[in-house]
Amino acid sequence: MKNLNFLQPDNKNLSTYLYTGVTLVSLSIFIVFLNSFFGKDLISFLPETISFLLPLVLGFIGLHLIRIDYSGLKFLDTVNKNINTNNFNAFLSLLIVFVVIKSLPPLLSWFIIDANIAGDSKDVCTGNGACWTYIKIWFNRFMYGMYPNPEQWRINLSFIALGFLGCLGFFATEKFKKYLTLYYVVIYPVIAFFFIFFFISGGPIFFDFSYGIIAAVISIVLGFFIPSKFKMYYFIIVPITFYILLKYVFFYEELIELGKLEALEWVETGAWGGLSLTFIVSFFCLIFCFPIGLFLSLGRRSDLPIIKYISIGMIEFWRGVPLITVLFMSSVMFPMFLPEDMFIDKLVRVIIAISLFEAAYVAEVIRGGLQALPRGQYDAAKSLGMGYWKMHILVILPQALKLVIPGIANTFLALVKDTPLIFVVGLLEIVGMLNLAKTNPEWLGFAMEGYVFASVLFFIICYAMSKYSYNLEQKYKTER
Amino acid sequence: MSDKIIQISEMNKWFGDFQVLKNINLEVEKNKKIVVCGPSGSGKSTLIRCINRLEEHQQGSIIVDGNELTEDTKDIEKIRAEVGMVFQQFNLFPHLSILDNCTLAPIWVKKMPKKEAEDLALQHLEKVQISDQANKYPGQLSGGQQQRCAIARALCMEPKIMLFDEPTSALDPEMIKEVLDAMVNLAKAGMTMIVVTHEMGFAKEVADEVIFMDEGMIVERAETKEFFANPKSDRTKLFLSQIL
Repeated sequence: MKNLNFLQPDNKNLSTYLYTGVTLVSLSIFIVFLNSFFGKDLISFLPETISFLLPLVLGFIGLHLIRIDYSGLKFLDTVNKNINTNNFNAFLSLLIVFVVIKSLPPLLSWFIIDANIAGDSKDVCTGNGACWTYIKIWFNRFMYGMYPNPEQWRINLSFIALGFLGCLGFFATEKFKKYLTLYYVVIYPVIAFFFIFFFISGGPIFFDFSYGIIAAVISIVLGFFIPSKFKMYYFIIVPITFYILLKYVFFYEELIELGKLEALEWVETGAWGGLSLTFIVSFFCLIFCFPIGLFLSLGRRSDLPIIKYISIGMIEFWRGVPLITVLFMSSVMFPMFLPEDMFIDKLVRVIIAISLFEAAYVAEVIRGGLQALPRGQYDAAKSLGMGYWKMHILVILPQALKLVIPGIANTFLALVKDTPLIFVVGLLEIVGMLNLAKTNPEWLGFAMEGYVFASVLFFIICYAMSKYSYNLEQKYKTER
Repeated sequence: MSDKIIQISEMNKWFGDFQVLKNINLEVEKNKKIVVCGPSGSGKSTLIRCINRLEEHQQGSIIVDGNELTEDTKDIEKIRAEVGMVFQQFNLFPHLSILDNCTLAPIWVKKMPKKEAEDLALQHLEKVQISDQANKYPGQLSGGQQQRCAIARALCMEPKIMLFDEPTSALDPEMIKEVLDAMVNLAKAGMTMIVVTHEMGFAKEVADEVIFMDEGMIVERAETKEFFANPKSDRTKLFLSQIL
């Protein structure tokens, strides 16, 4: 016990140091805890400055005392290695712990303890906490925008169906695996498009849709009896012919008129909104911007001057203008250039605008991946007799895209978070609906709850996407 | 038709202002094995890269198997499919297994059925003795194994000519032999080969002729025995004295 040197704790008097240190650290945390949760100040008898700093000093000394290398205690070694490697780190660790303890009670009280969720009017929200009643009452609006309540099952059904169809890939057996790319790149987006624009939109168009389905089914069934040599032409010509036949020959105008009565009610895209619109816009923009970006990036590296300079022009133009002006132009200026009787839906214009805008970013990300590949890969592919497309599809792109998964995920996350900007053309997705709701005279003063709610939703979506991209990265990792 | 499978005449090539190949004349007959040697920077690699048009020449003509290499793209791919090439850095496709590396081009370029392509690939992998590694990825193999796989990959296209661009220069010494063995076997099977290499032992064993290049020119071309026994030019003598 004689060599007790508090400046240099060592292994010999381990227990002395350990007990003193742990006591001091616990004491400091206890003081802060009491202060923060119960408002009691144990050390109020001291002058104010000292009482403010005392927990920090006590904890600091305590951590110094337990900083013993190779103590033989597993837990102590872990603590020392992770949060207590030197004086500065010990100080930071303590500070973080105190800040967390200090900020927990107000957060808890706002989110849960003092919050209200019962009732259905603003009057129940009397406490200091959040008013979740507001979210509850407006929930439908936040999810579906101005979409009429009795028709909302159409959105639900579409999303459930699309979610289910999207998961099909996980259940595909070995035999169907090779068609998965085709399914996700071509078939799935087309199905989604049909669902969104015919089922959610509804109206007389729905009948066009049904003709299309009937035509497609008939031609696919007949397709089995056609020699494979002609299949390419067959699948382009026959469905269109069937479609025209069904629409203009077999179904007379009266039948269509008759049908309209029982068709799904038409909901114009201006009434769509809320989270479902966020999903719709993000989904289509993601699907469209990727292939466009891919072609732009290939175009930029092309040897053909026209393609090259068009690509460079496109990329630099879309990267050079703010998204908000692009959206504004798509809604205000673009229709001016169209012929009088031609009308393109506002939502479609917005989706095209965002897709082109993000495609420029995707293009540059992919170009980074293409440039990272050694020239030998191109040489090897060429020496095996592959042309430009075979070389890129089979050899170059699989490797380049694998490299740029993090970059692409980054761009896609940015895209999802850019969608609220569509408010400039009058489309109100979830943040737009929040802004609308907070100006409602009956519900003034609850902007905070709304934004917290939206943040949580966006975080869930974006975190899921980022997790998924990380999984993809792991899945396609092969040793280099 | 003559049995000259490669005919290069009056060929010149520049990289910018720098002339890499000067007035190259070279004829190679079917089933001949030719070793190209010379100091680094002498244009050896560029020469054989010109033969399957990985590099473009600016003057003169190159005729491979009766087809002249010009800017007509369609032709180029057909010719490349007939000319296998093995690189110094292996250049295997890291995202595909060894077997897929070998079957990729036969399936997509030659439109061979998958089963057939796999049988062929296994057969060639067996020849270079790595058929047991068929399902591994290139990154899991040693340098020598990777290079042998690269040879098998080129052979799967059943080429008429094989070009080797310093196939052993990037290998550890103990792996050189296994690659050279594979090349010797290939030579014995009667393949037309042009090999850029510093392995003079290999040249003595299999080459019919040796070409010595320096500063973009073919300095000397001779039968193998003649080349090593009495080289004519002083530059060749100096080179041989340094390398042997």
